[in-house]
Amino acid sequence: MADLTTLTAAETASAIAAREVSAVEVTQAHLDRIAAVDGDVHAFLHVDAEGALEAAARVDAGEISGPLAGVPLALKDVLAQRGVPTTCGSKILEGWRPPYDATVVTRLREAGVVILGKTNMDEFAMGSSTENSAYGPSHNPWDLSRIPGGSSGGSAAAVAAYEAPLAIGTDTGGSIRQPAAVCGLVGVKPTYGGVSRYGLVAFSSSLDQAGPLARTVLDAALLHAAIAGHDPMDSTSIDAPVPDVVGACASRDLTGVTVGVVRELGGEGYEAGVEAAFHASVEVLTALGADVVEVSCPHFPYALPAYYLIAPSECSSNLARFDAMRFGLRVQVGDAGAEEVMATTREQGFGPEVKRRIILGTYALSSGYYDAYYGQAQKVRTLITRDFDAAFETVDVLVSPTTPGVAFPIGEKADDPMAMYLSDIASIPSNLAGNASMSLPCGLAGGLPVGLQIIAPPLADDRLYRVGAALEAALDERRGATLLASAPSLTARP
Amino acid sequence: MPEPITRDEVAHLARLARLECTDAELDTFAGQLEVILGSVARVAEVVADDIPPTSHSVPLTNVFREDVVRPSLDRDEVLAAAPAAEDGRFEVPRMLDEAP
Amino acid sequence: MTAELVDYAEAVTAWEPVIGLETHVELGTRTKMFCGCPTAFGAEPNTQTCPVCLGLPGALPVLNGQAVRSTVLIGLALHCDIAAWCRFARKNYFYPDMPKNFQISQYDEPICTDGYLDVDVEGEIVRVEIERVHMEEDTGKSLHVGGATGRIHGATHSLVDYNRAGIPLVEIVTRPVEAGPNAPAVAKAYVEQLAELLRTLDVSDVRLEQGSLRCDVNTSLRRPGDAYGTRTETKNVNSYRSVERAVRFEVSRQAGLLEQGTRIRQETRHFHEDTGTTSPGRSKEEATDYRYFPEPDLVPIAFPVDVVEELRASLPETPAVRRARLRDAYGWSDLELEEMTNAGVLDLVVSTVELGAAAPAARALWQNEVAKAANEQGVEASSLPVSPTDVARLLALVADGTLTAALSRQALAGVLAGEGDVDAVVAARGLAVVSDDGALRTAVYDVIAAQPDTAAKVRGGNMGAVGPLIGAVMKATGGKADAAKVRSLLVEVLT
Ligand SMILES: [Mg+2]
Ligand SMILES: [Zn+2]
Repeated sequence: MADLTTLTAAETASAIAAREVSAVEVTQAHLDRIAAVDGDVHAFLHVDAEGALEAAARVDAGEISGPLAGVPLALKDVLAQRGVPTTCGSKILEGWRPPYDATVVTRLREAGVVILGKTNMDEFAMGSSTENSAYGPSHNPWDLSRIPGGSSGGSAAAVAAYEAPLAIGTDTGGSIRQPAAVCGLVGVKPTYGGVSRYGLVAFSSSLDQAGPLARTVLDAALLHAAIAGHDPMDSTSIDAPVPDVVGACASRDLTGVTVGVVRELGGEGYEAGVEAAFHASVEVLTALGADVVEVSCPHFPYALPAYYLIAPSECSSNLARFDAMRFGLRVQVGDAGAEEVMATTREQGFGPEVKRRIILGTYALSSGYYDAYYGQAQKVRTLITRDFDAAFETVDVLVSPTTPGVAFPIGEKADDPMAMYLSDIASIPSNLAGNASMSLPCGLAGGLPVGLQIIAPPLADDRLYRVGAALEAALDERRGATLLASAPSLTARP
Repeated sequence: MPEPITRDEVAHLARLARLECTDAELDTFAGQLEVILGSVARVAEVVADDIPPTSHSVPLTNVFREDVVRPSLDRDEVLAAAPAAEDGRFEVPRMLDEAP
Repeated sequence: MTAELVDYAEAVTAWEPVIGLETHVELGTRTKMFCGCPTAFGAEPNTQTCPVCLGLPGALPVLNGQAVRSTVLIGLALHCDIAAWCRFARKNYFYPDMPKNFQISQYDEPICTDGYLDVDVEGEIVRVEIERVHMEEDTGKSLHVGGATGRIHGATHSLVDYNRAGIPLVEIVTRPVEAGPNAPAVAKAYVEQLAELLRTLDVSDVRLEQGSLRCDVNTSLRRPGDAYGTRTETKNVNSYRSVERAVRFEVSRQAGLLEQGTRIRQETRHFHEDTGTTSPGRSKEEATDYRYFPEPDLVPIAFPVDVVEELRASLPETPAVRRARLRDAYGWSDLELEEMTNAGVLDLVVSTVELGAAAPAARALWQNEVAKAANEQGVEASSLPVSPTDVARLLALVADGTLTAALSRQALAGVLAGEGDVDAVVAARGLAVVSDDGALRTAVYDVIAAQPDTAAKVRGGNMGAVGPLIGAVMKATGGKADAAKVRSLLVEVLT
């Protein structure tokens, strides 16, 4: 059998189901790979070898079967996993072991997915590079001197470095799609409410959504199907059947599909190489039979500023619970009272980006400013949703580059919050409107991956996969290989 | 366009948010907040009074739970993860004032 | 900042008290507001907690539908409008007893608004307007250790129990009540009658001593015709009588300050049961900025109109309406109704009357005999082993002459002692009146023979002398004779 770590999730699952290989062997191969490369990549904050091998043994014992049984996965460290350290990339949670499982984790266990460990991330999912992790940045397997994107950078790096065929990320403003784009992966932000948020440590409750990262569209669909669906523990979970995302991956032809290119997501601020790869892929969509039109979403330029009011406002409240009283870090100096202990612990436990956003959000929610900031931002949200509604009256999906640029060198934007925030300019509108959105690799610019974003209306997640699978197949065929196969530092893998 | 943000104002916000900050941090944040707020002030350009705000992007209402008891957590497991515990309770530093 | 207290009666000649009441009521649901943890009172600390009510990272709230129904029911009973659409909001402030450091509450979109409660204050109806009724969650409970009196000040540390955190609370807020000199009584009557209403609705056990009803009392003074003055908010006043005393004290205290020209500080104050005084708490002048915003983890409530109407139709008769009905039907006075209510026997008396007993007799027996016994034993009348059926039967036996008043007391004592129902006790103790004419006649002749002088007086027309003879016959029959019958027999024989 070939190197088990190069198989797709679908291939791995069928090999295990056919007993050509055991789940334990597959798991061990990935643990070995992690041991070999994670010193350079730093995708993981915690590797749970024991738990992973146990889960794999249960699959081998026939206790669990299904389309992903025995397939290893890297879990973003923002999801609670019972008894396993969960840090959210923050010092304030160092050593905390949750007494419960997130619903996503429960579903993964039920599907027989083998959770290898917890992946690095920007602290509390605030960032686009993993440089805001309290535990040091992850590195992009395409070029270890560059960022793997963020905040789900550890998850993306793990999949791109063949440390796991699948990973779970979370996406508040682009935190699945942007890392997928800069690491040459498929990443999906499902419709808001499509995947339970129970056990996902909240950054911005009205925007957060967990979703799959994978090397192929089909693998992403298999993982999407495993974790999606109604959860009574999450009041914002949609009680409706999950669209047939796996079935949609059979598509190879886009005749009858209308694709809208968003005028506002491109041009100024977008790197030339990114634009070139994107437009070349749009040509491929046309060749596949799609009807490609340009559409305008006039309020999209206001999405980023609205996001930088809504997300910090909600986070300032969500992160109030990290107060040294019931769990996590406590910094007790002398006989300081509770109020002071809270302030000292939060000062020492949170990094600068988290503090900056807490203060920004506290400001935006203050009496006297609420209407001018949070209130206005929520109105922008309405306008953006209306832009989408109008567009989807004439098109089936929208497309754009996922990010304005390719992976940038570590440290380049670390001191300039505004420059960093621009990484998410194309992905944020979908979070504000709550619709479904995918990034898939569409080419290279300067030897680094470029992502193409597909956006579908809420609850029409299957359209992402229909368009994505067809495009992926056509691009692979033209290239004669997957995009990831051309990653320089990966071809030199042991 | 809002007025410039002063260090005192940031200090007040930091107090509200229970974040102890050094003077240097306060100055950095004051400058950065001003830049960010300068950019976000653009949201006011497009919003008219008659536009309703969107607080939730899913059009759901009336999500209720049945009044049925579910198992609580094991107290020992919960308290084991606490910074300090005593007599089955969470031990916390002394409170200097009653709740606001 | 201190001044002489002004005598209450004097204070209200110069100043008009304006009061406002904020009442927090713990609902009697089986589970908490946003999670499935039980709400039982008195459980071991922190045994009724989960990720949601401990505010652990990642946990999410899901609303208890029964809590919403109960709140709507309260709103309807208070004649409120029920919002067609409303949301929860987060009230952000840090405090160790509040797990998430925000309370899920309602802010500018309460579920019930604009109602009233007509309060009977010593026979006069005062309409207390209700501004809002909203839902929120309770906090945990802290035990302060190391201080002198378990108080917060001087403690070395505190121990927190989160069993109470997340229990559903309903907050009922009145508009300012221009109650006049009677303000303390109005405040007390309002809380009492609100509690009675909540009990009738069966939405809360309303136990002040367990904290399931907690009252904050706002008081301000103004010169007649002036705008409202600055108010103080006296927190957690935990008995009906304390509500009255707290208002009375604040009126005296504020009048003292105002008369020496001192401004009233807007602040929270604590009431002290032992002294009947209040002392300052946290100042409200640096108003806490709660940074309210819509709770993104809960979706809006658009409470279905048909369910509102169903609840409206199911509303039980309110205590006030019921009192009026009973007054008209049974002729009880307001005072008697209040006494029966206070003695906890009103329902029992009504049931007894519905079983055919006369209203005055039923009231008297429950109020004077049963309630007294309950009081002596320190228990509720309803928990004694005597039922309306027993009392109705006793009264029927008295009415048909089978028992005398004295014998009925003995029969009741037997029932209370657990000797069985009325008939069983009467039979076992041999309590029935001697109704056998022959036996009674024999006793009468015996007494006449034994007391010839007295008998002669009666024969001579001195009817006053019949009394001692009756007493002698009663004694001879062991009290089981009907005194009226004995008298008529004596008269018949001697005249
Ligand atoms: Mg309240
Ligand atoms: Zn709970």
